[in-house]
Amino acid sequence: MRLWLNKQRNLLDFSLSSLSRRRGKTLGMLAVYTSIVFLLASVMLFSHAIRREAATVLAKSPEVLVQRMVAGRHDLIPARHLDAIKGIRGVQSAEGRLWGYLFDPAAVANYTLMVPTNPRIEPGKVVIGDGVVRARSADPGDLMSFRAHDGSLVQFKVDHTISRDSALVSADLFLVAEEDFRRLFGIAPGLFTDLAVSVRNPREVIKIAEKIDAALPDTRIILRDEILRTYESVFDWREGMLLVLLAGSILAFAIFSWEKASGLSAEERREIGILKAVGWETGDVIRLKMLEGLVVSLSAFLVGYLLAYAHVFHFGAGLFEPVLKGWAVLYPKYKLTPFVDELQVATLFFFTVFPYTIATVVPIWRAAIVDPDTVMR
Amino acid sequence: MIFQPAIIALLLASLVGTMMVTASLPFAVRVLRFWDTASGSESQLEMEKRTYLVSTLLVVVLLSELASLILFVFNADRMSSLFVGAMCAVGTLNVNEFGFPTLYLKIIVFFAASAWLVLNHVDSRGFDYPLVRVKYGALMILAPLMAVAAGVQLAYFLGLRADVIASCCSTLFSGATQVTSDKLAAIAPEASLAGLVAALGLVMVAGRRALATGKGAVVFALLSLVAFAMAMEAVVAAISVYVYELPHHHCPFCILKGEYGHVGYALYLPLFAAAALGLGGGIAQPAARIQSLAEAAPRIMRRCVGSSMAGFGLFGAVTVWLIWRSHLILIEPERLLFFLPGGQP
Amino acid sequence: MIHLSDVRKAFNQGKANEFWALKGIDLSVPAGKVTVFRGPSGSGKTTLLTLVGCLARPTSGRVRLKDRDISGLPERFLTDIRRSTFGFVFQQFNLLKGISALENVMIPAYPLGHDRKDLSRRAHGLMESLDIGAKAQSMAEWLSGGEAQRVAIARALINDPEVVIADEPTANLDSERSRQFLGIVETLKASGKTVLMTSHDPLVCDTAVVDHVVTLHDGQLVDSGA
Repeated sequence: MRLWLNKQRNLLDFSLSSLSRRRGKTLGMLAVYTSIVFLLASVMLFSHAIRREAATVLAKSPEVLVQRMVAGRHDLIPARHLDAIKGIRGVQSAEGRLWGYLFDPAAVANYTLMVPTNPRIEPGKVVIGDGVVRARSADPGDLMSFRAHDGSLVQFKVDHTISRDSALVSADLFLVAEEDFRRLFGIAPGLFTDLAVSVRNPREVIKIAEKIDAALPDTRIILRDEILRTYESVFDWREGMLLVLLAGSILAFAIFSWEKASGLSAEERREIGILKAVGWETGDVIRLKMLEGLVVSLSAFLVGYLLAYAHVFHFGAGLFEPVLKGWAVLYPKYKLTPFVDELQVATLFFFTVFPYTIATVVPIWRAAIVDPDTVMR
Repeated sequence: MIFQPAIIALLLASLVGTMMVTASLPFAVRVLRFWDTASGSESQLEMEKRTYLVSTLLVVVLLSELASLILFVFNADRMSSLFVGAMCAVGTLNVNEFGFPTLYLKIIVFFAASAWLVLNHVDSRGFDYPLVRVKYGALMILAPLMAVAAGVQLAYFLGLRADVIASCCSTLFSGATQVTSDKLAAIAPEASLAGLVAALGLVMVAGRRALATGKGAVVFALLSLVAFAMAMEAVVAAISVYVYELPHHHCPFCILKGEYGHVGYALYLPLFAAAALGLGGGIAQPAARIQSLAEAAPRIMRRCVGSSMAGFGLFGAVTVWLIWRSHLILIEPERLLFFLPGGQP
Repeated sequence: MIHLSDVRKAFNQGKANEFWALKGIDLSVPAGKVTVFRGPSGSGKTTLLTLVGCLARPTSGRVRLKDRDISGLPERFLTDIRRSTFGFVFQQFNLLKGISALENVMIPAYPLGHDRKDLSRRAHGLMESLDIGAKAQSMAEWLSGGEAQRVAIARALINDPEVVIADEPTANLDSERSRQFLGIVETLKASGKTVLMTSHDPLVCDTAVVDHVVTLHDGQLVDSGA
């Protein structure tokens, strides 16, 4: 056991020394390897952070949403449905929500309008998200006016803005009072966009949803868990698509490593010949080369991952925001909450170290089987 | 569903592994037909060099199988949020009929690859490579096994459909089958723990005999596979329950999670290593009859059996510790005392 | 100590340019003596040296080392025998560039798993005894021809082999350095080592320290020395 450990240590020492002897080649390899890890890790960290962000936001949303469907389309829901829902045992509270989208021709952007219930917003005032602030360069106290459904002008005074760190969902928010909302869109009192239901015992959610469905056949019921699931799968899918697109670069990387590993210089070939002539065995040479690969892999992985971490969480993932964040015109500016996930690290390891190892096995073997007597020929 | 990063990684790994082993098959045929250690012809020398490539590839395959086993379980756990009613990895694996077979096949491939490597190790200690034909014959079994495992895994992932909100209606009532882990535990905790204690005890007895006399390692290998199965059953039926402290949560996967301090790794790593090494001992033993291995094979066998016993011992120790620190009482203490003395020698 | 019977070695077997470098050699190399293989270039003397030194396997024929038949051994075992029995000094010295002379000396011992401190002490001792102790930390490429050869000798001796094999040891040295080399051979012989050399240098073949001269021509023995 001691002998074995000593042997590995000697081999490791020697592999470090031979890596540093070929500084140029090693650094070149490291640079390419690190950038691959960086690229993939950035994609994964970013998409994962966004998913978590969405999940955090949704955690505050109601467990059950009830929407009225008319001819297969979402329609306004009358307030009397609220009473029917409140009558169901296990429902803690139910309230109507008003929300929608507003197109602002001045900014060429869509805002998400919402009527918060707590705290209420005074009529004539508006609270805007960070994206809106940037799009309209609006400051507290400024006036913003929009055309209502009937052509009349509705004016809002900016009360305050929503702080940036409350994440991507708040960027395009435009919070107004209930009266203003109804006036803007001409929605009669007693109608809501949808109903939010909170349930006392989370285990009863499905039961209660079934009861609501039975009592109000013209509605569809959306559970928070389902939204979460959909988000997860959509983001996973996008991340996966991006990875497939990046597969080209992984392949290129594998080919590059193959190339590098098989394109041994005459000097390296001579070295292996000498090692074998003075008493190293093919297995020792393979182990030596594998150790070199391992050293390069681990350092590239570590450096690439740390760079990606900095890129995503400190520099706002400038490189591929547009791809992963989707369709919003108002890109939110925000800081993602740093989060590292084991599964991701493991997956990333598979995407980088595994192809590298596979690509180098055959070239390493081919170099290692040099006949020991070549140095004498 | 195959556009999930972890799934892509898993598919890629098993595809590449299968391809590498399959690509060695023509060489295996050549070895079976033309291998002649006594010859110094160039084609023989070339074949000998080629064996280094195959064994290096198999090491890579083994490591990637081990890593993908972990990744597979991890990913199953993570994906459980995508399926209605799936609470953890068990639910995800039950989404279609290929889930558990994939897991089992992965475990089998892992053991097969490690058995092959032990065989390879033993063989390479004999100056005339006496087992070379056995070894390459075995490769011909390993290749289709890996291909089947990769195929079943592909079928499993292709068959996964996330329960996603459709635009027309909610999925609420479409697929609300509750998938829980309860049904995995068909055996009462007392029985499973007693079985585990008995199996570990037998393994230890057989192991001591093998170490002392140099015989009986095949029995040890069989017993260690039995002990592996019993240990898995005990994890499901009792040990995991002690960890979760919930009498009805029988899940062999959640103990790997951070919520439970990743204690699962402390259970599974020694257990898998112990079973694989036990198997290795059983492979090394018969080789001792070959003249050129008469000295090396028993030594390797002893090393395998010894480390395997250490692994099982570690598994037992972790189990005892988990039960001891748990606040849950599944079995009345006086009944527990009844089987403990028969346990660790 | 080493016995060859009807040893043949082919290159590019089965191809158009097939070439038999050795065509049936019968030879015994006695222990504790100095033996020189002599012959023109292409006579097969280096090939013979690689077979004797376990660097390669004969295509046919038997090689016996101390009554053990080693001709059919796979490379793994041949290497094992080679590194404990033979030390090599190559014609071009073949030191690794970019690392120190000391490390070059230690390289053959790495796979054996010795403790690094012991190893380094042993390497220093060997270099001292060959008068190159001062050069231990110099890079291999900075050494002169004579120094490089002594480093190569130290490297050959690091695993304490019974046989030292030198291929054309004086080809790259002036006559002064060649004489010094023969002095080293003498001390090796005095310490009980078997020495095998190839050479066509009369200075080497005619020295008193050489016990046997084996002459080869065209892959066959002309004179097996006496």
